Amino acid sequence: MPTLPITARITLPPSAQRGEVVTVRVLVRHPMERAVDAPGLTPLPRKILHTLRVTYAGEEVFRMALSPGIAANPYLEFTTVATETGDLVFTWEEDGGTLYQREARLVVT
Amino acid sequence: MTGAWRGLLPLTALLLGGADVRPTQEYLSPEIREAQEDPSRHPGWLWVEEGEALWRAGEKPCASCHGGIAGMTGVAARYPAVASDGELLDLEGRIERCRTQHQGEASFGRESEALLALTAAIALQSRGMPVAVATDGPAAPFLEEGRRFYQTRQGQLNLSCGQCHDDNAGRRLRGDVISNGLGTGYPAYRLEWNTMGSLHRRLRACSLGVRAEQFPPGSREYLTLELFLASRAKGLPIEAPGLRR
Repeated sequence: MPTLPITARITLPPSAQRGEVVTVRVLVRHPMERAVDAPGLTPLPRKILHTLRVTYAGEEVFRMALSPGIAANPYLEFTTVATETGDLVFTWEEDGGTLYQREARLVVT
Repeated sequence: MTGAWRGLLPLTALLLGGADVRPTQEYLSPEIREAQEDPSRHPGWLWVEEGEALWRAGEKPCASCHGGIAGMTGVAARYPAVASDGELLDLEGRIERCRTQHQGEASFGRESEALLALTAAIALQSRGMPVAVATDGPAAPFLEEGRRFYQTRQGQLNLSCGQCHDDNAGRRLRGDVISNGLGTGYPAYRLEWNTMGSLHRRLRACSLGVRAEQFPPGSREYLTLELFLASRAKGLPIEAPGLRR
């Protein structure tokens, strides 16, 4: 399935040593429309990024289900162990099936 | 409290009012303040990145006249300012004018994502620099207008700006701490909005809060008020893009 680019900020340390625990910070631009229907509001269908999957050197290292209670432009942080220099691939799935993807390179020394 | 003390209160407030204006970051919770300083956690940087791209985009990009965006260092600290034709412009107004007069493009429109992004990226270049608006010469009448607006009791609650932002700064209101009401952090990402917004949008929220008339963003009332707020903030650091509750 084709993926689309998305505005995101992925923060990794500039480099890491093999075996080091690295912190990965992810901010993504998305309205996370949670389908609130209340007086004075225009009802919109729910449209959130419901899943984030992260692979590192081809292997899945992080997966998260995001709920409608999460604010717009969701921020999250996780850790992984640096094994080899490789790409972290972030794939978000939106309601409706659209996939968004971004990559970030982790340099291991 | 004794009657004598009660009588002295307005005087002490008056004495403190002018001197004791502190940067908004000192009123933020430690968590918000920390995140404001951390681009890896501050969602406003999503707009900054877009703004930096806009700086280089289009037929006749901003960069073709101004060079790199780093050349905008210190600019945000000097706005709002009076243009050569005598009109008071805030940073957004200046960008819109550049768009229509020099770049031959349609204006972005107040509160549009693009204008907020470009303003945030430009304001960032002045982050940490002291506010240095001109308040004399052609700006003087605008400043007086803004001061009058600030000091006038408004709305059904019949409050002037200073009754919260001078007399009660540092105390809590609806789960947040009242600041000195400076515009130094705007455009700011406000958690309540879930997005970036301008100072004028924030001022509309203040007007609503005292049940007064809300003026449109870019209106003369808010422009002159913004100038007065900047005059109060003289010497205090630019915090934009800020992070607010």
